Amino acid sequence: MEQGRIVKVAGPLVVAEGLALSRMYDLVRVGAEGLMGEIIEMRGTRCSIQVYEETEGLGPGDPVESTGAPLSVELGPGLLGSVYDGVQRPLDALEALTGAFLARGVTAPGLSREAKWAFDATVTVGDRVEAGDVVGIVQENKVITHRIMVPPNVSGTVQDIASGTYTVEQPVGHILTEDGSLEDLLLMQKWPVRVPRPYRGKLSVDEPLVTGTRVIDTFFPLMKGGVSCIPGPFGAGKTVTQHQIAKWSNAEVVIFIGCGERGNEMTDVLMEFPELVDPYSGEPLLKRTVLVANTSNMPVAAREASVYTGITMAEYFRDMGYNVVLQADSTSRWAEAMREISGRLEEMPGDEGYPAYLGTKLAAFYERAGKVATLGGPLPEGTVSGEDASADKAGSERIGSVSVVGSVSPPGGDLSEPVVQNTLRVVKVFWALQDTLAFQRHFPAIDWLTSYSLYLDKVKPYWVENVGTEFRPRRDHCMEILQRESELAEIARLVGVDALSPEEQILMETAKSIREDFMQQNAFRDDDQFTSLAKQDRLLKMILLFHEKALEAHAQGAPLKRIFTAPVRERITRAKYSEEDQMSVFDEIGSDIETQLVGEGLKVGDAR
Amino acid sequence: MKREYMTTRDIVGPLMLVENVSGVTYGELVELEFPDGRRSLGNVLEVNEDVALVQAFQGTQGSNPSQTKVRFLGRGLTLGVSRDMLGRVFDGLGRPRDGGPEILPDKDVSIYGSPINPTARDFPDDFIQTGVSSIDGLNPLVRGQKLPIFSASGLPHNQLAAQIARQAAVLARSDDPQKVGEKLEGEFAVVFAAMGITFEDADFFMSELRNTAAIERSVLFLNLADDPAVERIATPRMALTAAEYLAYECDMHVLVILTDMTYYCEALREVSAARKEVPGRRGFPGYLYTDLATIYERAGRIKGRKGSITQIPILTMPEDDKTHPIPDLTGYITEGQIILDRNLHRRGIYPPVAVLPSLSRLKQKGIGPGKTREDHADLSNQLFGAYARGIQAKELAVILGEAALSDDDKAFSRFADAFEGEFIRQAEHEERSVEETLTLGWKLMTLLPRTELKRIKDDFVERYLPDMEG
Repeated sequence: MEQGRIVKVAGPLVVAEGLALSRMYDLVRVGAEGLMGEIIEMRGTRCSIQVYEETEGLGPGDPVESTGAPLSVELGPGLLGSVYDGVQRPLDALEALTGAFLARGVTAPGLSREAKWAFDATVTVGDRVEAGDVVGIVQENKVITHRIMVPPNVSGTVQDIASGTYTVEQPVGHILTEDGSLEDLLLMQKWPVRVPRPYRGKLSVDEPLVTGTRVIDTFFPLMKGGVSCIPGPFGAGKTVTQHQIAKWSNAEVVIFIGCGERGNEMTDVLMEFPELVDPYSGEPLLKRTVLVANTSNMPVAAREASVYTGITMAEYFRDMGYNVVLQADSTSRWAEAMREISGRLEEMPGDEGYPAYLGTKLAAFYERAGKVATLGGPLPEGTVSGEDASADKAGSERIGSVSVVGSVSPPGGDLSEPVVQNTLRVVKVFWALQDTLAFQRHFPAIDWLTSYSLYLDKVKPYWVENVGTEFRPRRDHCMEILQRESELAEIARLVGVDALSPEEQILMETAKSIREDFMQQNAFRDDDQFTSLAKQDRLLKMILLFHEKALEAHAQGAPLKRIFTAPVRERITRAKYSEEDQMSVFDEIGSDIETQLVGEGLKVGDAR
Repeated sequence: MKREYMTTRDIVGPLMLVENVSGVTYGELVELEFPDGRRSLGNVLEVNEDVALVQAFQGTQGSNPSQTKVRFLGRGLTLGVSRDMLGRVFDGLGRPRDGGPEILPDKDVSIYGSPINPTARDFPDDFIQTGVSSIDGLNPLVRGQKLPIFSASGLPHNQLAAQIARQAAVLARSDDPQKVGEKLEGEFAVVFAAMGITFEDADFFMSELRNTAAIERSVLFLNLADDPAVERIATPRMALTAAEYLAYECDMHVLVILTDMTYYCEALREVSAARKEVPGRRGFPGYLYTDLATIYERAGRIKGRKGSITQIPILTMPEDDKTHPIPDLTGYITEGQIILDRNLHRRGIYPPVAVLPSLSRLKQKGIGPGKTREDHADLSNQLFGAYARGIQAKELAVILGEAALSDDDKAFSRFADAFEGEFIRQAEHEERSVEETLTLGWKLMTLLPRTELKRIKDDFVERYLPDMEG
């Protein structure tokens, strides 16, 4: 391989010469220790290299070797449950090599070379296969069937193939391509991280990503294949919200990128995920999760690469026909990494020192999300197990999705800064976390007035079919009440609640009930952290029924105080903690509301 | 190879550009010898072919291009560590400052450290009893956490930090509620790094430590206000390198106090400006976040090792502004923050902890049955909620008058006063056990209508709410 030498070292940026045959974004090995780096600029005979490891001790004259290939990830059995750094080095393997602290120049392959996987072929010799076609499966764990696919840009006739036990490097068979060459079929493929994996076509999103978090599912839904953004000043509960989505959303595979975030938080994820039971399969959540951890003190260039590493893995599982949710925490740190590298390259800065291409890069990243018809034919018989959530897809076109939840950490909570603004231009859902809500211990602290979801119309057919025709009107009615509350609250603050008309006071009381009995949700309470859509509908119905009956009772002359202190309100408050399989609770509460707020139940003094 | 040069071309602020060098590496340690014979240390910030950019830790006063000797030492900046550092005072670059002998190092360690592998970290979940109600009750500190104090000029952050250093103790964990709460004896050490603070402030800490004999278990690194500013960039790293040695090789539980991070960041800005780097917000360099992370992230615990590093960085917010880049970026890296409030301080309440915006992100893991008490989480939630509502009610009363408040709001308003006066307020030398703090919290709960205790499980209310008649 081509060898050059270093001429300049400035922090994570190294300039080298003598690499004329290398290409942009090729991976290089820097210095005697062989530190990983990537070519990000070429001027004349010199190229600038961002180095993924600490560069202390490097100097002019040290060697640089080109690998002739771009930064790529290894995709295959063994990904799930792994914890990687930003350039797909398995952190547990590094720990075994160098101990508790990360050392330089140490490397380990992304997929274990020793692990053996039982492969079941689903095609036979002589079959014609196209790129993306499934040739067999590896039952990676009880939760996920790993579908082994023909790599993109390969097609031909199966020359030989055999079920059996293989490592990721041993060919399971061969494909005779059109031009007569023989391609190895491996359990593993490699893909350059900065290039989106190909698909047949993009589809319109039509199914919500159910998270079990009420304020999200009901008020600001995200779709499978959609993109959303969570900003949040620190302390507003952003991380908890993200963990809830990772734990409870109905995607089959979760990719979690800890990009420039806290080490202890990553440890929390690492220690918690293996213990968390996936509510859909009863297995540990980690079995359907890949973690990419590049904490804030790990090298900044690897942080820049980590989001690409993560989304390439997400696309790979999408190509198998799975729904994937990717969480990037936080894209602001990623943007800052870009800014830092850009500053070292002495590029002309745009807003607040960020590079001028910030918007383009952010948009291109989010655009890799989506619902797609994948390459390759429909899933063959036998590749879809009974427990698989995508079982209904067998025999039809193969469809997969990548949903992206990107968090941003705006400095000082200032949403006008470039990263947030450029992100908002591309995302469709905005969950506005507010620290003022967090101070009141209103969690999740998603502000209902500034958040939005542009998927409401797309999700409607699904809601009508799976939840009920009344869900959307109820949701809209509640939003109207909340909106009205914010106007009335102004008046109430100035002249006191008593100055409002009784109808308005009832509305304020209902709005409070929506906030406290529906939106507030305790992520640390077992009986509250997940709510099905059906139960969310019942809760809304219950709250609105009380509203309606309160208005009726008032019209019949019942005093407000009597209405607001009706004993059933206690039950309404506790309704969100009721078991999922005990929907009858809501019928009881409903009849309680009827009896307590109508006629006899309200007569002062002689109720009993 | 020639390692000593007199080929300096430019001297700009703390930076020197040295030409015609060879074999120089990035980060290499440099010794400068000025024309008057004075010596100073520096390190290489950038090397471009045969030109090296050197940052001089003690400044460049008295140097000139033609007569200054620049010696490249062939190694990075290191600290010689040893157990004997305990009880000693060093300057900002790790040289004895107390007149004592040089340390015989056990080994030399790079002060930049290495990142802890996330998979090797152990999650911090041992409750540290600080004896301060506003922290223990509402925003508990746990071992291995980094919890900064956001303060402002004129507020008693030093007193609070010293009180924590004096009283901090880890409690026994047990399934038997009777045994929870006993203080655990263990090897405990304090590492104190002063960056740019006055002699008086540094002296306050030293005498506090001396009074409790804790000085024997302390290592101090002092870069005071009149010491060279650029040296400050190395000081916290010196301190953390010593802390890592004590924690992970001597099995000690180390509390690191870094004060004042604002001066540290300003020194960083000074160097960045001299290098003509593109500035980020308020002139601070774009890599401020990454740089701070390499300091704060050195707190933690490691699986299979006994020791731990808990960090309490102190920073003064310019103009009391929480959105200033230094507190802002710090808050994004650390696990919460304790914010001091000028209004409380003016009203004579010590410690003036602004409870509502303060936060300990790790508290969920550190409290509860077996660690403190089963009702701790619920009670703390309720105290937060009730205090927030009480503050709101008081604001309302300012506009509308006390009389316009509903009965409930009046109760909350009374609660807020009592909460500030009895729960937050405590004496500088008053140590409250977590048990006492919780009891105090329950006592305040009696000021509220029982139906308002919505965030506490019913059986806890039954068990712990004192009888109002009693």
